[in-house]
Amino acid sequence: TVTSLSPGDTSVMAGLYGPAEAKVSKELPDRAALEVLLRPKVGLPGVLERSREQLLRQTCEAVVLGVLHPRTAISLVLQVLSDAGSLLSCCLNAACMALLDAGLPLATLFCGVTCALQPDGTILLDPSSRQEQEARAILTFAIASSERKVLMATTKGSCSVEEMQQCLAAAQRAADTIFQFYRDSVRRRYSKS
Amino acid sequence: LSICSRTVEPLEYYRRFLKENCRPDGRELGEFRTTTVNIGKCLCSITTADGSALVKLGNTTVICGVKAELAAPAVDSANKGYIVPNVELPSLCAERFRSGPPGEEAQAASQFIADVIENSQMIMKEDLCIANGKLAWVLYCDIICLDYDGNLLDASVFALLAALKNVHLPLVTINEETGLSEVNLKQKNPLVVRKHPVATSFAIFDDTLLIVDPTAEEEDLATGTVTIVTDEEGRLCSVHKPGGSPLTGAKLQDCITRAITRHKEVKKLIDKVIKSITPK
Repeated sequence: TVTSLSPGDTSVMAGLYGPAEAKVSKELPDRAALEVLLRPKVGLPGVLERSREQLLRQTCEAVVLGVLHPRTAISLVLQVLSDAGSLLSCCLNAACMALLDAGLPLATLFCGVTCALQPDGTILLDPSSRQEQEARAILTFAIASSERKVLMATTKGSCSVEEMQQCLAAAQRAADTIFQFYRDSVRRRYSKS
Repeated sequence: LSICSRTVEPLEYYRRFLKENCRPDGRELGEFRTTTVNIGKCLCSITTADGSALVKLGNTTVICGVKAELAAPAVDSANKGYIVPNVELPSLCAERFRSGPPGEEAQAASQFIADVIENSQMIMKEDLCIANGKLAWVLYCDIICLDYDGNLLDASVFALLAALKNVHLPLVTINEETGLSEVNLKQKNPLVVRKHPVATSFAIFDDTLLIVDPTAEEEDLATGTVTIVTDEEGRLCSVHKPGGSPLTGAKLQDCITRAITRHKEVKKLIDKVIKSITPK
């Protein structure tokens, strides 16, 4: 299954393969082994991609009910097509939609939201590359659909504790819009066929 | 009987302790392991490095060596030097790490350390510039884990901070006639460390319990981890929650509060050690 997601000009294509037979060295006896590969638009994957792969993998592992598919492998490949800001949250959204499209059993849905804290203190959601560069801090959250809990959090730049809580609250509110988008996309897909 | 249950049913074994609000090694849920730090050439073993530190967090042992070299600054940032952190998890520190190219955990840790340096602004890259556009310092920070018993990130950040506080850079001047750099090894100035970030890691158990400073065994049983990096002003340099069980905003706030207290403890320890090695 292949899903493509483009908020603004940032575009990521996600391909999910599995649950398939795992290599003996990689298989886990009681659950599915999840693997995430993030391919940048230009160049070979480096340390930054590895770090993002780890974030995405552990986020997906928390929602996928891997115990229903022991000794299998689930591979998620993300290809960055264009980057105009908020790349990590775009990857998160693409990953979740790919999991949905593949029909894997999930405990909860999740969405990615990026908040930029501007020098004057205002919070901007889904910033563009330029806004990211000018921002004092950029916070990316993966919000779960059940009770809007925080599944993943990563920050760039420093901020005060109150500012982080404000960004988190804004992200949780924005998550509603994204989950509605998921619902509409899935409805559209299955109403044609 | 207790040894059998620990190997056969590790989670149940742990749950029994957690119900009593403590852990098998006797610690409370919010208690850290004994932290020790050795800084500098006398106490630490690296005599060839410009700055070094050895940190022990319980059994987790991490050594950091900083070497300073000269290089030309990048074209688009002519007034900035470089800081290059690298975290290594050699096969001697734990049996899960094989020899060969760095695995995902080492690379993710390296990226995390690079982010902490960048976010906290502990070293201003402009301070590392010697001559605009011509010469700048490159600080290679090698963080090597010698014994892995959980909580790698906390120990690495602490070791890096301690090592950087120990770095003394020789004075470098550019001879205007020849255009070559002259290094004066006799005159050394300490590196200016502006901020002191400290990391505090938590493990999430059964989606609700948060325990501080997890050992390797606890990390394997945990359903998620959170690392908070704070600086001395109580500002958040990093909130690193790589997936794992979902947390509410309130639980995250509890983690942050504990992290701020931990920062004070660590800062006191570092100051004490630095004072003891500074020649009077």
